[in-house]
Amino acid sequence: MTQERQAEAPSGPVLLAHGAGGRASAELVRGLFAPAFDNPFLRPLSDAAVLPPLPPGRPALTTDGFVVDPWQFPGGDLGYLSVCGTVNDLAVSGAVPLWLTWSLILEEGLDMAILRQVVASAARASREAGVHLVAGDTKVVPRGKGDKVFATTSGLGVVPPDIDVGDHRVHAGDVLIVSGTIGDHGAVVLATRHALDTGELRSCCMPLHQLARAALQSGAEVHTMHDPTRGGVATVCNEVAQRTGLRIELDERTLPFRSEVLAVCELLGLEPLYLACEGRLLVWAPAADAELVVEALRACPGGSGAKVIGHTGPRRTGEAPVVLRTFSRGIRPLDLLSGMDLPRIC
Amino acid sequence: MCLAIPMQLTDRREYDGTATLGGVRRTVSLLLCPDAEVGDHVLVHAGYAIGVVDASEAEATLALFDEGMRREVAAEARLAEGGAS
Amino acid sequence: MSSASPFHDPERVALLTTRLHEVAGTIRRPVTFMEVCGTHTHAIAAAGLRRLLPPNVRLVAGPGCPVCVTPVDYLDHALALAARDDVTICTFGDLVRVPASRRDSLERASARGARIKIVYSPRDALPLAEQEPQRTVVFLAVGFETTMPTVAAALVEAERRGLANFRVLCGAKVIEPPLRALLRDPELRLDGFLLPGHVSVVLGADFYRFLTTDCGVAAAIAGFTPVDLQGALLELLLQVAGGRLRVANLYPRAVTAAGNVTAQALLQRCFVPCDTRWRGLGVIPGSGLALRPEFAHRDAATIPVTLPEPLEPKGCRCGEVLRGTIAPPACPLFGRGCTPDHPIGACMVSGEGSCAAWFRHERHHAEAST
Repeated sequence: MTQERQAEAPSGPVLLAHGAGGRASAELVRGLFAPAFDNPFLRPLSDAAVLPPLPPGRPALTTDGFVVDPWQFPGGDLGYLSVCGTVNDLAVSGAVPLWLTWSLILEEGLDMAILRQVVASAARASREAGVHLVAGDTKVVPRGKGDKVFATTSGLGVVPPDIDVGDHRVHAGDVLIVSGTIGDHGAVVLATRHALDTGELRSCCMPLHQLARAALQSGAEVHTMHDPTRGGVATVCNEVAQRTGLRIELDERTLPFRSEVLAVCELLGLEPLYLACEGRLLVWAPAADAELVVEALRACPGGSGAKVIGHTGPRRTGEAPVVLRTFSRGIRPLDLLSGMDLPRIC
Repeated sequence: MCLAIPMQLTDRREYDGTATLGGVRRTVSLLLCPDAEVGDHVLVHAGYAIGVVDASEAEATLALFDEGMRREVAAEARLAEGGAS
Repeated sequence: MSSASPFHDPERVALLTTRLHEVAGTIRRPVTFMEVCGTHTHAIAAAGLRRLLPPNVRLVAGPGCPVCVTPVDYLDHALALAARDDVTICTFGDLVRVPASRRDSLERASARGARIKIVYSPRDALPLAEQEPQRTVVFLAVGFETTMPTVAAALVEAERRGLANFRVLCGAKVIEPPLRALLRDPELRLDGFLLPGHVSVVLGADFYRFLTTDCGVAAAIAGFTPVDLQGALLELLLQVAGGRLRVANLYPRAVTAAGNVTAQALLQRCFVPCDTRWRGLGVIPGSGLALRPEFAHRDAATIPVTLPEPLEPKGCRCGEVLRGTIAPPACPLFGRGCTPDHPIGACMVSGEGSCAAWFRHERHHAEAST
């Protein structure tokens, strides 16, 4: 059976026919997608994946789109990112991620080797995250109407009955913990786009299900969790501050940044707290429980750099909701970004 | 009036070189700093080295600020007393 | 520059601040200084230094952001070029959201299909010119003397490589004429300048002697860290208090007396001074740079386009903000219709514009004090 599948592996550029539902589409499914993601729920390749009854708890559902440019970067690619991003939205909500759908929009003329790599990466991420990809779709748009490959996902998981995390639980006095260095993903993508050689720097992209579970099982009272993707840590903090009506203060002295990330930011005129992380967990927990969370995260792969980076308190008149206490002990507001963070020159 | 970042020149060719900061390497043009040598710290603006940084001056500047805090204030106090009375 | 550097040492900043207050106390009148570097405006706001100033000391943000002082007609011209099928515009990111007439912008033009590429360096435009000889690649040359030598170097390289389709639209400004003009402004009554760190790397400390000899004001060239800035403010106050006016170079790690002579020579080779319009300040004679006749074939202004009538946004008081005669909140549009998300004037678009810096850093503090 394996021999047969290998013989069907598609080659040549992606053509409009590959999205038309006929023989070429079938070739892609049977020759590439099905073998890569193989699982009992995908195998029938029917119109819908019929799943077993969900485990006890509340279902959690998320969706996401991926259009990252460049499609690959040190430490990952669009395929790996699309699965991790979806899994992580579920994981930070307290859910156990279970099932994924993966829909692709391909540009006519796309090199099949790129598609093969994206698929292989997505499959690898699925295995790492312990999820099954159970439904997918492929469309092909004419050359120039897309940009190589776009992916849209949905993810279904279940929040166990005893878990209740969310911003509604955050209160004044909570501390904020990050699982590792900040901004690695955003920095590496922007650096690649601007032809900056970042040496050892890799995207932090990884599934967070293990880290999230570790935090939840640490004995600490985890109040809320987030993954600081688009807009970075500063944006997540603004969202939490807005929903809770509280003030969040980050301490510049404690923020973990790789030197390459800081260098990229200096060179491009960017602020590292606004750069995306794709494999970092932010946890809000009572100050008394901070050590439990930090230790639990540090014991997990990808969490060795976990530390407390800020605290939550009541709003102060005359101050922004989210602030940075600088090295010189001044207070600097961290507002939401306007427009894209365009590289500055002056 | 612009963002200029100090980077270290790690190698050079006739018109350009490689500069590094915190593990990030970038090609920079040396057309404006033709005499920059490998090992120098250069200020990089818009992809060009615009000047060589003299790190030893950092100490001197801090000393100047420290001095400004002590000596000149006393001198000003005398002048202020002289003017007020 | 980073982390535990002594130039960020909070104790030093605190000591300098205390001394600032002591010295200011000996000067029994209001004192006004101006910073003329957009990067300084940004750094001062980011370090929260304005709220540490003594009560009789005012630090005014001047027209030091090249993006902010770029007049509407320059943007209109860039847009007219962008509308041509055979033109690719290369620009620094800073210009992309600046409003031209009728709220148009390069960002909007790009959304309409214009070929607009954000570059980090004028050099980055050259490979584009090489790859597409049938298109004209126009670089939007906006900046002061820090940036213009890099444009000059790119022009010289384009000549060397025979890239006939590389051109620049010159919107350059130079610093001496506006400094003199600001000192003549009766509304401002400046006691001194915080001089730009990186323009000075090119021009050299000696360049500013005229401030002492002709103008009789205090001056200090400063770096960009909190200690650099606070130390420079203290120096300016000491100069005023003691009456010993001079140009103090407090950034000797980057600024020499003579400056970068290679860069200065390249500027001379490619450009001549010309009269140019500054948003908010009108035309200042000799304050711009134009391409020399030998480089006329590189001038994008000779490409045929139809230019619209330039329209400044109604109610916008960017001009007065840039001159330093009003603070951003005094503009009726500030925070009401004009925000970093929806900028009406240039001062709000640029990350270093006074309005943007104020909106980001001073707004919350100011709202509490009113």
